[in-house]
Amino acid sequence: MIRVCYFASLREIAGKSEETIDREAWTVQELLDWAESTYPAFQHKTMFVAVNEEYARREDPIRDGDVIALIPPVSGG
Amino acid sequence: MKPYEIVEGPLNVQAMMDFVLHPGAGAVTTFTGHVREWTQGVRTMYLAYEAYVPMAEKKLAQIGAEIEERWPGSRVAIAHRIGELQISDIAVVIAVSSPHRKAAYEANEYAIERIKEMVPIWKKEIWEDGEEWIGEQKKKPEQGRNAK
Repeated sequence: MIRVCYFASLREIAGKSEETIDREAWTVQELLDWAESTYPAFQHKTMFVAVNEEYARREDPIRDGDVIALIPPVSGG
Repeated sequence: MKPYEIVEGPLNVQAMMDFVLHPGAGAVTTFTGHVREWTQGVRTMYLAYEAYVPMAEKKLAQIGAEIEERWPGSRVAIAHRIGELQISDIAVVIAVSSPHRKAAYEANEYAIERIKEMVPIWKKEIWEDGEEWIGEQKKKPEQGRNAK
């Protein structure tokens, strides 16, 4: 199982702050492909991905039990 | 207090200054970022901040570690508030102590630039007639519209 968290504009589009997906092995790119087909409005968004609270690259693996965050451009400060 | 913290209530500036002060410090710089009412002719009613709290606190700590490496002898505390903030409220506090003032100034500015680059915190501006998440408008971080 993989936990996916959404923030800010992505949370509003998804209509939820997180969900659990029944996958055991994925890459970040595969996750993004899944997210964009599940929530078509994501296709027009800039998104970064964190795996277990660290920024990840597209080719990085996602494993069972990982926590993923989809991160729109940040605007703190 | 934690040196790197996301909090839901008002920020305590003095506690952060006290935290970074030590006998080897010759200077403490404190930056407070506030909610600004007018931005490019548009009136903000209030701001709503959101964070990925555990990762944001880790990233604030990473910034602190970067500063301690680049400006040896510095001590850092950073706190960012989330939730609904009103005009003039403090959104972020950065306190840096250093043996000499130049490092304290430089390191403090470095911290706010890094926060705007990569710490997972988002702000939404709420106007009289609409609202918008900030950060998706392809602006450079230093052109951010609020709380700076």
